[in-house]
Amino acid sequence: MAQSNAALESIPALLARNAATFGDKAAYREKEYGIWQRWNWGQVAKEVEELALGFLNLGIHEGDFVAIIGRNRPYFYWAMAAAQSVGAIPVPMYQEQNAEEMAYVLGHCGARFVVAEDQEQVDKVIDVQDELHQFEHMVYIDPRGLRKYDHRRLHEFSHVQEQGRAARDEFLPELKARIERLNLDSTCVMLYTSGTTGKPKGVVLSNRNIITTAQSSCEFDNLGPGEDVLAYLPMAWVGDFIFSIGQAYWTGFCVNCPESPETMMTDLREIGPTYYFAPPRFFEGQLTSVMIRMEDSGRFKKWLFDKFMGVARKYGPDILAGKSVGLKGRISYALGNLFVYGPLKNTLGLSRVRVGYTAGEAIGPELFEFYRSLGINLKQLYGQTEATVYITQQPDSDVRSDTVGVPSPGVEVVIRDNGEVYYRSPGVFVEYYNNPESTADTKDAEGWVATGDAGYFEKDTGQLRIIDRAKDVGKMADGGMFAPKFVENKLKFFPDILEVVVFGAGRDMCTAFVNIDLTAVGSWAERNNVAYASYQELAGHPEVYSAIAEHLEEVNKSVAQDEMLSGCQINRFLILHKELDADDGELTRTRKVRRKIIGEKYADLIDALYSGKSEIYTETEVTYEDGRKGSISATLEIRDVPVVPVNQKVAAE
Amino acid sequence: MNEMTDNSTVGYTTEDGRKIGDTMMEMKKITLRFGGVVAIENISFDIHEGEIRAIIGPNGAGKSSMLNVISGFYNPQEGEVWFHGSKRPPMHPYQVAEQGIARTFQNIALFKGMSTLDNIMTGRMTKMNAGMLSQAIWWGKAAREEEEHRQRVEEIIDFLEIQAIRKTPVGRLPYGMQKRVELGRALASEPKLLLLDEPMAGMNVEEKEDMSRFILDVNDEFGTTIALIEHDMGVVMDISDRVVVMDYGKKIGDGTPAEVLANQDVIDAYLGVSND
Repeated sequence: MAQSNAALESIPALLARNAATFGDKAAYREKEYGIWQRWNWGQVAKEVEELALGFLNLGIHEGDFVAIIGRNRPYFYWAMAAAQSVGAIPVPMYQEQNAEEMAYVLGHCGARFVVAEDQEQVDKVIDVQDELHQFEHMVYIDPRGLRKYDHRRLHEFSHVQEQGRAARDEFLPELKARIERLNLDSTCVMLYTSGTTGKPKGVVLSNRNIITTAQSSCEFDNLGPGEDVLAYLPMAWVGDFIFSIGQAYWTGFCVNCPESPETMMTDLREIGPTYYFAPPRFFEGQLTSVMIRMEDSGRFKKWLFDKFMGVARKYGPDILAGKSVGLKGRISYALGNLFVYGPLKNTLGLSRVRVGYTAGEAIGPELFEFYRSLGINLKQLYGQTEATVYITQQPDSDVRSDTVGVPSPGVEVVIRDNGEVYYRSPGVFVEYYNNPESTADTKDAEGWVATGDAGYFEKDTGQLRIIDRAKDVGKMADGGMFAPKFVENKLKFFPDILEVVVFGAGRDMCTAFVNIDLTAVGSWAERNNVAYASYQELAGHPEVYSAIAEHLEEVNKSVAQDEMLSGCQINRFLILHKELDADDGELTRTRKVRRKIIGEKYADLIDALYSGKSEIYTETEVTYEDGRKGSISATLEIRDVPVVPVNQKVAAE
Repeated sequence: MNEMTDNSTVGYTTEDGRKIGDTMMEMKKITLRFGGVVAIENISFDIHEGEIRAIIGPNGAGKSSMLNVISGFYNPQEGEVWFHGSKRPPMHPYQVAEQGIARTFQNIALFKGMSTLDNIMTGRMTKMNAGMLSQAIWWGKAAREEEEHRQRVEEIIDFLEIQAIRKTPVGRLPYGMQKRVELGRALASEPKLLLLDEPMAGMNVEEKEDMSRFILDVNDEFGTTIALIEHDMGVVMDISDRVVVMDYGKKIGDGTPAEVLANQDVIDAYLGVSND
């Protein structure tokens, strides 16, 4: 294939190759009307061509931005490829964003075209269209409820394709010419960062970024055209783009789209992906539900499960890593596989997973072990949008829960003096769109990019360990190092804790806000006959408080072990009366904590934590899903937690 | 019998520009008694094709009885029901259903142990023709027929966004979801006229919004005429084209939501009136 690679310089070129080499092979599946519908590469090429011709018919220019708003559906992936074919740039967006957030992104890139899923998304864009001077045409997929809308600028997806088909002779030469003009330096896609700090930035990725990254990552894990992936993570996220477009077009593997977000678990089971990605939160949710169901099952089943999970923990990871394991171990594990692991993996939809990745957040060691011991090849990956995902990843032979692996092929990684991780690779982004200052701040003249994360390489294994966001790593009043995420992650590994925010920069001690996990704590409440009417009531329950306090005490002991971070033990905490929510601006759309906003919004609670009070009354504004605002009030208890005394180091030492 | 009600029998255009057809159903001087109790007294009104028609009134006003007359569950002692231009003889509910009238119930009447899919499938009963033997051995016509019906049911499941509960026994579903399944079953018979008995009772604001959207979408997408009973005045005024107001078995108002809201008798019935 080496000689033909020269021409494969764009996504449309890869699509043409796939249609020519394996036109009959499944490219996309989507469950609709209860049945998996299937499109092969030949059909996809045709759908994309018709849509691209339709775009030309609507007057799309090279360099125009085409916003994509919707959940993972084949039509949107085609729309992206069609946009690329006509020389335009697709901008996938988070469909959960409210109209205001959308207005910012649409305005920032000046999108002339929008491809939206349904009435809900169309309405949002119509709401803000007066602010968008460059916006011209909107294409929608689901016509329901839209029949009576003004259709001067609104078009149904299938109609655009129909018109494209009708005007094929007229526009085909133009389309071909535009595809010809694409090369490795043309822009492939623009993805907006989730905006953990400040406004989202548009990351411009070229064909070179996407295609070289897809190639090297496929080689690293030996991915081929036979893989099946489930596309269920937001389309605006770089990971979905690299898996469902980059790698899928490079290898020709099949992208499967769930019927609806709620049916994702069933669809996962039916598809049984071979290559799979999920954030730790997702694995955690699955494990929690398995454990809850095991609690409810019969005594024999529970015994069987516990017994063989013990066997799995003992032998599973070694067997998976290909290390030598005695005959007894192998036989016990095979029995376990027959009785427990096999059926369990099948229920989880993970029977066929050959390569699985988790990234985005640290994963709990027990959680990680659980999946690995079942024989699922779950690995860690460290990356970001600016790197076209890959910075480091774990090879099959060396997988651990507390590191993120070795530099990916073609990537150079260094740790600078301040502890921040820098990298340079062919995947490094071109620029932040219309934002040269930020580009210059992040990427230097030699192409090194600051990750914003603090970390270090382990001396003996060469694996990278990430401690925290570099800017979140601060100093406490006594000069000790303060790394909130380090402590938060340890706490979040407890199934009944959903979210933690630790404070302590510039203070003499650390304190924390805790969000309980309603599923796990709710199940505990059910088993112990604890009645509650709301999240707030359950969160304030004295026994819940005691359980959380125990976790904190345990974590304090573990934190005290770390020489550098022993000052980060939690002295006092409270359980928040509401769940932190992206709608309230407290989390990003990818569910990362926005420390600054939380610090401002709950300033009264933080004061109380540091003023020695034992309870505090507070009122908080909340935003409902439809955008209306309300407020909730509560009196929160504040508890002290025992800490392990740390021996002060003598300065002279 | 050729007496006209207050309303014209020909179509009209609503404020938001929807075209409403001619009269589809006409109730003429209906009186319904249970022994000495007069549930409905001399009520006349009509339902136009493509319209969303609401029947409102305080508790015990006779709304559900009215719906039961339309669906053929009660036969009134006096008065006539005209459907598509001809007088309807006394009928059994199943015969009414075959005429293209479907309904949902105030106290959800689903098969609790059956899945959502199977419940909605029962809504296709009136459309199934294969013989018992053919169905039992699942061959030929029965198999073909079931596939067709299943497709239609899947379209409804997609329409109501209940894919995730397709295989869940309805008894395990929350109340709001059961209401949605019931609507799905009514839709499965592809009714020309859909009767909804308090579709939003016991729902929270979000569920009500969803249900309102579905009712509007059913009307818009399938052109189904809808007659509904509802307590929530806000919902009624938002989604219906014309409203009949009942109180103690009598009609005290009839017209567009705005007209009805301005009617003094209606205000008195809802807010009460002092007797001095």
